[in-house]
Amino acid sequence: MYELFKNLAKWLVSGDQWAGTDGIAHRIAEHLEYSLLATLIAAAIALPLGLLIGHTGKGAFLAINLSSFGRALPTVGLVVLVFLVSGLSLWSVYVALVVLAVPAIVTNTYAGMSAVDPEVKDAARGQGMRGHQVLFQVEIPLALPLIMTGLRLSLIQVVSTATIAAYVSFGGLGRYVFDGLAQRDLVQVLGGAALVAIVAVVLDLALAGLQRYLFLPHSRLRSSGRDPHRRTAAH
Amino acid sequence: MTVDWSWIGDHTHDLTSLALSHLQAALLAVFFGLLISLPLAVVAHRVRALRGVFLGLSNVLFTIPSIAIFVLLLPVSGLTRTTTVIGLTVYTLVVLLRNTVEGLDSVPVKTKEAAKAMGTRPLRTLLTVELPLALPVIMAGVRIATVMSISLVSVATYIGDGGLGQLFTDGFQRNFPTPVIVGVVLTLLLALVADALLVAVQYVLTPWTRRRA
Repeated sequence: MYELFKNLAKWLVSGDQWAGTDGIAHRIAEHLEYSLLATLIAAAIALPLGLLIGHTGKGAFLAINLSSFGRALPTVGLVVLVFLVSGLSLWSVYVALVVLAVPAIVTNTYAGMSAVDPEVKDAARGQGMRGHQVLFQVEIPLALPLIMTGLRLSLIQVVSTATIAAYVSFGGLGRYVFDGLAQRDLVQVLGGAALVAIVAVVLDLALAGLQRYLFLPHSRLRSSGRDPHRRTAAH
Repeated sequence: MTVDWSWIGDHTHDLTSLALSHLQAALLAVFFGLLISLPLAVVAHRVRALRGVFLGLSNVLFTIPSIAIFVLLLPVSGLTRTTTVIGLTVYTLVVLLRNTVEGLDSVPVKTKEAAKAMGTRPLRTLLTVELPLALPVIMAGVRIATVMSISLVSVATYIGDGGLGQLFTDGFQRNFPTPVIVGVVLTLLLALVADALLVAVQYVLTPWTRRRA
């Protein structure tokens, strides 16, 4: 076990390993490209959908069921299926990753919207705000923490699943996992897996930082005094 | 893309046994996941400092790609069902732990105080007051974990298990879409049936929530 970790550390820090088109730096860039683009596409689909359902209160049943349907879809099967149909194109990877990411964003956005106190919405309307003003100035800011939770959850899942791109012959950090599996090279497999986990954690922390930054004014407004209690700050 | 129906007809026996083995792996994972997260959640609910540690740890475990978890376990448990179940269990933890903690948090303080005032001991309060009241939130977690596990079992096909997932590698290697389509459809069906059954279980277990819903 000790020997394994020593080799793993050597693999992770060696300069040769990082350079070139099959080097770690390039693989990380590919991995980020797949995951970020897929999450962006998913957000472009899921955010409006979740906001619409949350704002109008219609279609919640459909959204929730579509979401659990999406969660149940086996990603490996989806990638292989789209790959067999569309041929050698990155489509298969993107379709599978987007399908994976949409449910968590929709359900969390909807949950955030429906958790907004109806009296607050009534008050906003009573002050003469129009539908879109209530949505953008009241509902979305209040629902933001849960919306961000959905985005973070999806991003983590997408980053860890983007590994699968390598199974259908593309790049990304999954290359090390699948090549290592084929060559029975455990160090390479573990190295790839560790890098995926690191990328996911770093991205999640970055989004958490962004969330704190976006959310700061509200938590300041709501908690009196200089010690914003953790629980009031989180919800 | 056409489905070769005769292939399905010729393989109904294999398909059934693959589906059953698929379901077994997922259910075992959820069972062990619950077994681990219940005590951890009770501790995390009581000790604030540990809550962040447990939830953070389960989040980090969740980021490790599933293929990597299976491979990591190979030196320990080899190409066996055990590897599949351990790997899946790790994944259920993130959902089960969080929902169980949140479920326990959702129990009103006054209810707990009332139980205490009636002289109910802590363990009994936990078993007969807190856990039943937390059940709806816990069951929501169980449903998500079950559906997620059913869809994840297929990943174990890379280590020679994987239930219906074997249809994906088979179809991929032979450039033959039928098994892949059948595998996806059967996985969805399993998830749907399991989820419906869990809804029924929850309905039976929580009679007091029926009037409100």
